[in-house]
Amino acid sequence: MVDPIFGKLTWDSVILVQEVEDPNLNTFITSGAAGMIPVGAVLIVVLLTWLKWWKPFFGWITSVDHKKIGIMYILFAVIMLFRGVVEGTLMRVHQATALNGGFLSSDHFNQLFTTHGTNMIFFVAMPFLIGLINIAVPLQIGARDVAFPRLNQISLGLTGAGGFLITISLLIGEFATGGWTGYPSYNGSLVNPGVGPDYWILSIGLSGIGSTLTGVNFAVTIYKMRTKGMEYMRMPLFTWTALCTSILLILAMPPLTACCVMLGLDRYLGFHFFTNDMGGNLMNFINLFWMFGHPEVYILILPAFGVMSEIASTFSAKRLYGYTGIVAATMCISVLSFMVWLHHFFTMGQSTTVNAAFGIATLLISIPTGVKVYDWLATLWGGRIRFTTPMIYLSGFFILFVMGGLSGVILANPTLDYQIHNSLFLVAHFHNVILPGTLFGILAAIHYWFPKMFGFRLLENYGRATAFCWIFGFCLTFLPLYPLGLMGMTRRTVDYSDPAYVPLMVISGVGALFLSLAFILLLLTFWRSIVHRKKQQNPIGDPWDGRTLEWWTPSPAPEWNFAVLPEVDSRDAFTTAKQNGTAYQPIEKYEDIEMPANTFYGVILAVFVCGLGFGLVWYIWWMAIASFLGCIVTMIVYAFIPSKENIIPAEEVRRVDEAWRREAREGRGITRDDETTVANKGLARPDELPAI
Amino acid sequence: MTELPLILAVADSFLDPTGPAAEAQLKHLNLVMLLTFIAIIPPLLATPWILWRFRRSKPKGKYRPNWDSNPILEILMWGVPLLVVTLMGVSLWNITHRLDPYKPLGKDPLEIKVIGLDWKWIFIYPDEGIALVDELIVPEGYPVELELTTDTVMQSLRISAVVGQIYAMPAMTTKLNFMASDEGEDRGMNTQFTGEGFWKQKFDLYAVSEEKYRERMEKAKQSELQFTAENYAILAEQGTSEEAKKRLGIEGQKGAIEMVLDGTNIFERVLARYWSGKPMTPESQPGSPLYDPKKSLLPPAPEKPLMQM
Repeated sequence: MVDPIFGKLTWDSVILVQEVEDPNLNTFITSGAAGMIPVGAVLIVVLLTWLKWWKPFFGWITSVDHKKIGIMYILFAVIMLFRGVVEGTLMRVHQATALNGGFLSSDHFNQLFTTHGTNMIFFVAMPFLIGLINIAVPLQIGARDVAFPRLNQISLGLTGAGGFLITISLLIGEFATGGWTGYPSYNGSLVNPGVGPDYWILSIGLSGIGSTLTGVNFAVTIYKMRTKGMEYMRMPLFTWTALCTSILLILAMPPLTACCVMLGLDRYLGFHFFTNDMGGNLMNFINLFWMFGHPEVYILILPAFGVMSEIASTFSAKRLYGYTGIVAATMCISVLSFMVWLHHFFTMGQSTTVNAAFGIATLLISIPTGVKVYDWLATLWGGRIRFTTPMIYLSGFFILFVMGGLSGVILANPTLDYQIHNSLFLVAHFHNVILPGTLFGILAAIHYWFPKMFGFRLLENYGRATAFCWIFGFCLTFLPLYPLGLMGMTRRTVDYSDPAYVPLMVISGVGALFLSLAFILLLLTFWRSIVHRKKQQNPIGDPWDGRTLEWWTPSPAPEWNFAVLPEVDSRDAFTTAKQNGTAYQPIEKYEDIEMPANTFYGVILAVFVCGLGFGLVWYIWWMAIASFLGCIVTMIVYAFIPSKENIIPAEEVRRVDEAWRREAREGRGITRDDETTVANKGLARPDELPAI
Repeated sequence: MTELPLILAVADSFLDPTGPAAEAQLKHLNLVMLLTFIAIIPPLLATPWILWRFRRSKPKGKYRPNWDSNPILEILMWGVPLLVVTLMGVSLWNITHRLDPYKPLGKDPLEIKVIGLDWKWIFIYPDEGIALVDELIVPEGYPVELELTTDTVMQSLRISAVVGQIYAMPAMTTKLNFMASDEGEDRGMNTQFTGEGFWKQKFDLYAVSEEKYRERMEKAKQSELQFTAENYAILAEQGTSEEAKKRLGIEGQKGAIEMVLDGTNIFERVLARYWSGKPMTPESQPGSPLYDPKKSLLPPAPEKPLMQM
């Protein structure tokens, strides 16, 4: 039955062929999306050839520079976000018209919510955050690079391979229909023998391994590579949250990998971990999945909290209020996040004592989370607040996130969960936490660190319009889902028969269009800023009067980050240095700097992993075996190749660094009033401090 | 008139409860919201005010760049949420135990066994010797105990206006006790995604007087349809109860499918299917695209009760 060369793959598996054979609205939409993949691929090749960018292209993908890897993560996430937004909008607009039948078929809709969820969590939010961690953390702790630069490239490669699988499922075959949580036995081989669940298992399983490695990498980086004087209690808050996130990644991703492997064994080799028969038990999957799934929520939110802390402090020109408290709260949240997974299945029939215990554990998380919000507000108190784009996201976050907290507290009560579990109330809740929390945090961070990444600022007016659009679009789309959920509407319904749902559904659909507009505006912000990049430059590197070390380098930061590793003697080290006038003093002695050289290691591995995944999905055994062997051989070969280093001569470092210091000393800088104008070249003139 | 649909919608939800459990849930929802407001109203009000007051363009308050802690504020920040959570925790503990869905609501409850299928519910009344598809009829003000399982993937049975939901899983049973306080009609449904027809999996709950309940039971007993393993295998095919009527040859019959039990404990046999020690084949597993009712006969009823989960 399975072809030895093509496996299960036939011409009919290609979506574009399906469109020709059975043209209708649904295949038109799917094939439109599918068609973008080959067209996009060809376009990229043509563009690279046309602009003669092949060399820089390879320069980027073989790079082990943490900043470049971070940028690639973010680029990847933006591309995946495009798909996620389109899918989300499609679903909301469909549901607005779905009274007794909308325009999408059931199967199509079911694939949409599955890919939307999987994609948004694993290939948008995670890469965004890991990208930001990559860019900011080594700079914030005064390091030249991460602890394992080549491992970093491999992590990116694995994430990319997962992204490849979920993307290619658009073009060839189908994706799972069982939601992003992929519960068996619905996703088992008896009920769903198709390739969809295999795509799901492999895309998140493989990228999950990449995330585990990232966790290891950054935990070690933060433990071991801090510059002199950077004690734990002097680390910037973003670094703190990155550390907690890394630990969560190390501890939480393996259960996901384990349940992917076990479900894979069930499907491929007839094991009975999660089947209905032979002692299999789907509850074990659900337990394992949420043992990953709940900490995952905090993997997504903690770095965003870190960003919020940095922004609140920078844009109110004040020290962070309650640093110790926020650090303690972050640690509390990290630990508690492992103790509440059962609240995802209160209604599974366990004893009330178990339910009540997990309910209370869940309530406990709201304490440190609440403390953080209060601390940020206290940070603003007594400050001088500038309404830059990040600050607008932060304001939206304050108001909306506490509402998400309220609905979270409601859901934490088992008694109420018996009513609203699996309803749209739940959908509203997690979007209410993840959009204003994670997404706003990410977008704020992109605006905040963009000048550090590329050397020019994003345009403020576009940025602000985008921010307002996200906030407004969010309210319109997701707040109506709360009453709908209380009224009893379940999630994942392609159709409904109750006309009472229509008005709120329509509002939500309109909101989704606003969110799409926000995404378009975001792209426009990037585009217009790139066009105006000359005027927006800030080579000195400190456009926002930053307080932490990452601003103490030119923009974009040189490959070696710091010519001479800075020494730290307080929390806001850079602010202190600026106040003392020591920030840009000349350095006497420069030394040669060793940086790891570019390598194809991660790229080759990623290609083999893509082959392995694709071969397994389609039962193309020769491809799977060859790719697997390819991975092993690559690892062995690279283990024997001595890792090359780039030696950057002291003279070159001196030349770059002295020019930068001189320019900074001689410049007058600008005050915060001119921050958003073209006068901002990245040299901040701090405000006069009031007499104490 | 425009408000009518809204009222209708709330009528099927716990916002308009028709049973003591849903009533308690609604009260608890209000309590939780009120308690949480203590913690979230301050930031909601403070955010715009602080942003306004300390805006750089026209600041009002004193600039204090180095202010970063205050013992009293710190105690309030940790203390208030702690207090709120403590209060809520106590009430959570109590009400969770009070509304335990496993706890019978009175002596000698009416026992009904439920089998979830794609995409319909079978309600078996062992004492009456009948089974109904997609209709649950109970006497008002009388405690009812549902014992649930499924013969396909996991489902979740919810009757919003009366009690809420509990999962039903293959090879296992769960329990849901409830009571409908007034005569009336509500709707129940499956809330756990089960595939294409998932959203159609709804049933009617009728809470009626003792007399009407008797009448309904007598009528069901007149049915010519037997709840045999063969008929059950046909019911287990994917599809709504309307589609099942066609397959059973009673197309066009109004109301729920009514069946007379054949005395062989189909419910226990469904459970036993998964405890036989033999792997399920795609042909014998309801919910599988290859499911074939002819090849999927239930095993005989087990002699001793199965392990309970």
